[in-house]
Amino acid sequence: MLSRASRPATPPQLHWLPPVACWSERLRALGEADEAAWAELVALANAGLEAVETLSLDRKLTRLFGKAPPPQLSTRSVRLALLASSTVDHLKPAIRVGALRHGLWLDIHTPPYGQISAALLDKNSELHRYKPDCVLFALDARHVLSGIDASGTREYAAAALDGVLEDIKRNWRLVQDAFGCRVIQQTLMPVFPALAGNNEHRLPASAAWLTEEINQRLRAMADAEQVDLVALDTRVTQDGLAAWHDPALWFRAKQEVHPMAAPVYGELIGRLLAARQGRSAKCLVLDLDNTLWGGVIGDDGLDGIVLGQGSARGEAYVAFQRYVRDLSRRGVILAVCSKNDEANALEPFDKHPDMVLKRADIACFVANWSDKPSNLREIAARLNIGIDALVFADDNPFERDIVRRELPMVAVPELPEDPALYTNCIADAGYFEAAAITAEDFERAGQYRANAEREGLRASATDLEGHLRSLDMELRWARFDQLGLQRIVQLINKTNQFNLTTRRYSEAEAVAVMKNPRALSLQLRLIDRFGDNGVIGIVIGEFAPGNSDMVIDTWLMSCRVLGRQVEQATLNLVAAEAARLGARRLVGQFRPTPKNGMVREHYPNLGFQKLDETEEGITRWALDLGGFKPANVIMNIVQAESVAA
Amino acid sequence: MDKSVILDTLTDVFRKVLDDPAITLTPETTAEDVENWDSLNHVFIVVEVEQRFGIKFQAAEMEELKNVGELVDLIERRLAKS
Repeated sequence: MLSRASRPATPPQLHWLPPVACWSERLRALGEADEAAWAELVALANAGLEAVETLSLDRKLTRLFGKAPPPQLSTRSVRLALLASSTVDHLKPAIRVGALRHGLWLDIHTPPYGQISAALLDKNSELHRYKPDCVLFALDARHVLSGIDASGTREYAAAALDGVLEDIKRNWRLVQDAFGCRVIQQTLMPVFPALAGNNEHRLPASAAWLTEEINQRLRAMADAEQVDLVALDTRVTQDGLAAWHDPALWFRAKQEVHPMAAPVYGELIGRLLAARQGRSAKCLVLDLDNTLWGGVIGDDGLDGIVLGQGSARGEAYVAFQRYVRDLSRRGVILAVCSKNDEANALEPFDKHPDMVLKRADIACFVANWSDKPSNLREIAARLNIGIDALVFADDNPFERDIVRRELPMVAVPELPEDPALYTNCIADAGYFEAAAITAEDFERAGQYRANAEREGLRASATDLEGHLRSLDMELRWARFDQLGLQRIVQLINKTNQFNLTTRRYSEAEAVAVMKNPRALSLQLRLIDRFGDNGVIGIVIGEFAPGNSDMVIDTWLMSCRVLGRQVEQATLNLVAAEAARLGARRLVGQFRPTPKNGMVREHYPNLGFQKLDETEEGITRWALDLGGFKPANVIMNIVQAESVAA
Repeated sequence: MDKSVILDTLTDVFRKVLDDPAITLTPETTAEDVENWDSLNHVFIVVEVEQRFGIKFQAAEMEELKNVGELVDLIERRLAKS
């Protein structure tokens, strides 16, 4: 019998992604490098691919889009420099596919083997000429901890640790100074075998123990230096080292991440890059029967559904509800989409003693007998978020299939049969990958609830002015400041619908605007009777060279506050600021995208005159500040010290 | 497992990894004979072979192989240990 050690391990799987019918045929059919081909490639990437399929997909991707991204790509392309101390060529296809899965076009540059320092320090190196948008440090554990004496004292170990971390930090800063771009650091893979055992930490200079300490200290260091981590250590510990690493392969080829693990490795990087562009999903839509509880509420009744009550299956559903509730507490919006009479569907939320999720946790509750794709469209519309920001969880493969076919932009996890495994499926899928978590994320659930109340009020109000007055709105504004920066950059990078130009700013670029005394920068926060809507508007403007035109480069707003005169109030503020800076005219631009059709008439609605229009539909508009009269708006406008909470 | 079955399975692996349904392998085939059998694809051929046959290659074994025939022999030896 073959001993365990001589059989290959089961590689980690993209288990939340479904198989796709006729995958190979669909891939082979692609020929032209157009938008439709890109969409098809993205669809094919969203299947449960293994290593060889990933390779094939990358081959086609490179053949069609190797030199340039598709036209009209709504995401920002990424030039990634991959700085590794071991062989990583076998991982590049999977990284490109990981990015593709999330709609990103990625180009990768790797310096010659073993030349990270040289590439960073030499201003004439290929790396410097490449000008990356993002640098990923993929250091392998054996190189990082080479030459450590396992018998060293605590002091020796502490010095070694500090030395390693100083080197890592120095490299981060070199990158940040040279390229001003985001740095991603991969944590160390726990490859070292134990020397002491269960209490390895009592051997301070053990490489296995030092790996763990380095990984722990990297978390704090990454926060201090504004670096993002790819938590390879966590992933490998969860899957088991054997699934990610083969010592024999390391000695043969210096490959630390096993080729079979490449698809999941690439996915971890892809989702992090996507999260930084605001592309993570925003809302989890839940089916009810057999998804949040066992059984069918309409048939089994409150007493018959399986939820809690000490049964294994019941406890599994409770645990799933807890995870979902915790997701909502950190900013993920929840919705329900169920084929049920509404009264039946609501009953467990109100009356079942083991129900963890309450009615108030659900920002949009849809229970009817219509088809799910229509309901999902309705949910996205009511919540004012893009339909591609939805994740739909349903135990029924038939319903999942319909949604996947009708709405390919909605993520539909391949939930396993056993509800005990639902949570891991959703967690591993990383749909809601969060690069940063702000106070506003914690407040989001409450805001959506309050918004639902506001909408309810508006529906019953016959007099718009009276309704607006009753909201007691206060618009607080400030110029860009350090405290508000994180939220400002987050909004700039994730707002797609009410966004006139969709210009994306890195944190460094936002800081430059903040420090420029001749730039116009506004952050706006709206508070009303129901609560705090948070930061809902950003405007950035700069003087056109040679004249006194203030050109509005960015004007974006949250869809949540439409129809409340916030646009007019914002214009009042923009005009005042521009005049204060000495401008004579405001010039605004509208750049059409697939998502911002709602603001096509934004400037003419505010009284701007059209200047010109290009072939692609880009329009420019002007407002003479001399003759401008601020609009009367039904809200208090207040300049704040700082707009951050 | 019969040598011819091993060769058939290997052919299938090569066709999948190199994306070429026309590949044919004989015991005398070497890397020069097969288009696109480069170092990157070689890596994936090796791990795919491991998965398909449920075996693992040792550190030095792959370096000494001269042609497909020797790979078939190696796989046969590995399987015989089970």
